[in-house]
Amino acid sequence: MRPLLSVEDLSIGFGKDKPVVRNVNFSVAPGETLALVGESGSGKTISCRAVLRILPRTARLHSGRMMLSGGDGDGDLDLARISERQMRRDVRGNRIAMIFQEPMRSLSPLHRIGNQVAEIIHLHRSVSEAEARREVLECFERVGFPDPDRTWRSYPFELSGGMRQRAMIAMAMVAKPDLLIADEPTTALDVTTQAQVLGLMKDLQQETGMAMILVTHDLGVVANMAEQVVVMHKGRVMEAGPAEPILRAPAHPYTQHLFNAAPKIPEAICPLRDGQEDRILELRNVTKTFTMRSGKSWSKPVLVRACEQVDLSLPRGKTLAIVGESGSGKTTAARIALGAETVDPGGEVLFRPTTGAAPLQVHDMDRDARRAFQRQAQMVFQDPYSSLSPRQRIFDTLAEPLEIHGIGSRADHKSRAAEMLRLVGLPADMLSRYPHAFSGGQRQRLSIARALMLDPALLVCDEPTSALDVSVQEQILTLLEEIRDARQLSYLFISHDLAVVARIADEVAVMRRGMIVEQGPPEVLFHDPKHPYTKALIAAQPVPDVDRPINLKLVAQGAGAPESWPEAFRFAGQDAPPLVPLDPGHKVRCHV
Amino acid sequence: MEILRYAIYRFGTMLLTLLLVSVLVFFIINLPPGDFLSNQIAELRATGQEAGVAKAEFLRREYALDKPLWQQYFIWMGILPGPHGFSGMLQGNFGWSFEFDRPVSEIVGESLWLTVLVNLAAVLFVYMVALPLGVLAAAKSRTMIDYTAAFIGYLGLATPNFLLALILFYYGHQYLNLPIGGLMAPEFEGEPMSWDKVKSILIHLIVPTFVIGTSGASAMMQRLRANMLDELGKPYVETAVAKGMRPSRMLAKYPLRVAFNPFVADIGNLLPAMVSGSVLVSVVLGLQTIGPVLLQALKSQDMFLSGFVLMFVALLTLIGTMISDVLLVLLDPRIRYEGRET
Repeated sequence: MRPLLSVEDLSIGFGKDKPVVRNVNFSVAPGETLALVGESGSGKTISCRAVLRILPRTARLHSGRMMLSGGDGDGDLDLARISERQMRRDVRGNRIAMIFQEPMRSLSPLHRIGNQVAEIIHLHRSVSEAEARREVLECFERVGFPDPDRTWRSYPFELSGGMRQRAMIAMAMVAKPDLLIADEPTTALDVTTQAQVLGLMKDLQQETGMAMILVTHDLGVVANMAEQVVVMHKGRVMEAGPAEPILRAPAHPYTQHLFNAAPKIPEAICPLRDGQEDRILELRNVTKTFTMRSGKSWSKPVLVRACEQVDLSLPRGKTLAIVGESGSGKTTAARIALGAETVDPGGEVLFRPTTGAAPLQVHDMDRDARRAFQRQAQMVFQDPYSSLSPRQRIFDTLAEPLEIHGIGSRADHKSRAAEMLRLVGLPADMLSRYPHAFSGGQRQRLSIARALMLDPALLVCDEPTSALDVSVQEQILTLLEEIRDARQLSYLFISHDLAVVARIADEVAVMRRGMIVEQGPPEVLFHDPKHPYTKALIAAQPVPDVDRPINLKLVAQGAGAPESWPEAFRFAGQDAPPLVPLDPGHKVRCHV
Repeated sequence: MEILRYAIYRFGTMLLTLLLVSVLVFFIINLPPGDFLSNQIAELRATGQEAGVAKAEFLRREYALDKPLWQQYFIWMGILPGPHGFSGMLQGNFGWSFEFDRPVSEIVGESLWLTVLVNLAAVLFVYMVALPLGVLAAAKSRTMIDYTAAFIGYLGLATPNFLLALILFYYGHQYLNLPIGGLMAPEFEGEPMSWDKVKSILIHLIVPTFVIGTSGASAMMQRLRANMLDELGKPYVETAVAKGMRPSRMLAKYPLRVAFNPFVADIGNLLPAMVSGSVLVSVVLGLQTIGPVLLQALKSQDMFLSGFVLMFVALLTLIGTMISDVLLVLLDPRIRYEGRET
């Protein structure tokens, strides 16, 4: 078939530097989905933006032809050569539409959704207000808005992330483009939402017969969506061809490397359980209510339950993971465990610094006890780019905890910092550098080194790998495991990613809206999940295996309202059933 | 309706703030030891003019200056009866100026309105200059246009206002035949309003507006440019480009709309800065605004006069902030619908 768009010999550079995209070729046929896969810095985003010529101002097109085959009877257009005016009028938003990664920031916060979507019709066709409105409402309904009229009047901040991305999709689809470019369209979304949005995009494509270029870092998404794959690395195409053979048997070493690094939910893990009673951390009946003060002084404040009756315990030397989507209360639980957040009366957090020591009440400590506790419990943060001060040398960042606690001389600090750097796999002579000299993965190693400076017993890791590329994520997880085993550390590990959790945790708690819905060791939870929400989370996880597509039915059921769950789990309002042990060590929130 | 409720609520808080300000103002003008009359009495005693002393003592009693400070405050406000019953700010009696030996309302009379006029003109000037220049500088950032705008802006910020005033007067008079000094030709002073008088005022306004507004305009232009540049880097701008919008329309509809918020929020700060900043300019230019009156009143501890002027400036500020708050709510749905149930 004649390709709809064929990009040949594309090279792009910034200023006078060497090109960041070199001699890239790809093409997409009508009705087909092409996935551009790569890690950050691979040039996949720049390449697809070059098609619409939406590039940073300093970017230069060094070479390349981008032929868009003509519609009915028109000649072909070379998108690299046509005038800005023609690009604007005929191509952007009209024949080629684009969806971006962050749905919140990609819509103007000050204009109503209806206005922003209808605008695209008015830009490319002359139709009446009423006709445009009718078309937009139709489109809203098609992308799954239950009340299109309401959506028309809404502002972006009134919609959830998934709904905003649906609005973006509606905006792209309303002009009925020939080609849709989606730049990491689901990366910022929760897994269950991602599954539903991907399903929607696939349906729409089948209906309209448009072609799609999907830019992603996630091989699981590729396996679910694409017919053609182009794997990019450092601005070059590594491997290209039909999706199925590549996913079944990647030929290029880099593709193989990507596959091996992608975390998978393992087939079966041999459980290694012992009834260890030495618990380093216990959360007992922890409830946390936040009061949301409304901006208007006359309206009542709203109470939000971030955590509800959370009971968790972490055996010494083990990893306890809390999994959940955004708003599930997992981060609040972690902050409570560190004493960074108070608990509602009736709850308590106990910490035992050493085996057999008397438990400390984390929320009932005086100044000195708290300082001593802080030496024992440290945190690794999510974003390695913003959690290191850009104005401090690495040595100063690492030595700061020791200074605060008044430990050792400067020479001690130096040797300790060098030791920690070696432990996390960085050369010790990097101490005098600033964070900007390090990559994302190296920065996360530095964050871990900083947390280890005080020789803590407990490490709370809040999504430590979610800002990292897959291959780097793999390295960091391995490092965390090695350190845990070498130093007898205990981890409280927060994540939204089931595959990551399956790999590192000894025990997993699944949280939804502040409540634990299911809890157990990973091998039980992932191979014999009981709760519909857990099932939905697992089903929604895209796996890089063409034979295991996302089961949208399971996702839709579990991610829906509790009223729609099967009888045993169903509840309405605040009336949730208790968390009951089904088997030893496997707890599920259900009626018995 | 929501907006009306907000406006009423905001007006209520404004009145409360004004009450608080009145306490502060009264306290501040009474901070220096003594008052106009006690100073005068001491001076009269020293020069042996006993007859004058009796009159001053009489005035002290007349205006309740012999009472404790807190009672003076309540009498000044008109909450407590003074020697002549309730007669204070609340009743519209602004007191007596000892320095000029006339009621305060008579002294400030016309200059109140002229102050409002001059400052409104300056605020308008600031916005009319800063808005297009700021947007242009951001849209064409790092080009000659941007650099030229920045250069002029810094020049405007760095030149002392009174110097600018003198320069403009000289050249304005020499080449454009603009009048020097004052806010109207001398023959209209104290005359009732007429078309000729309005014309005269408008012509006299040109130079003061320019002088008072320049530094404000430069500062605001730089701020708008920075805001716009921030907004231009945001993904929703990219979305708009990907829709196929013309750059000029895209700029006006999306980033400018967002960058406009701080611009509106500045109205409140602009007014008082101009009133206090324009005192020197008013003295140099001989403008019959309230600035020079305030300066004189503070120098001679003419307490009722300075108290009234300070209250007036505070009122202007509060009205400015109220306007900007209400406008912001109108402009920004994020503020308007905060906490709206979904």
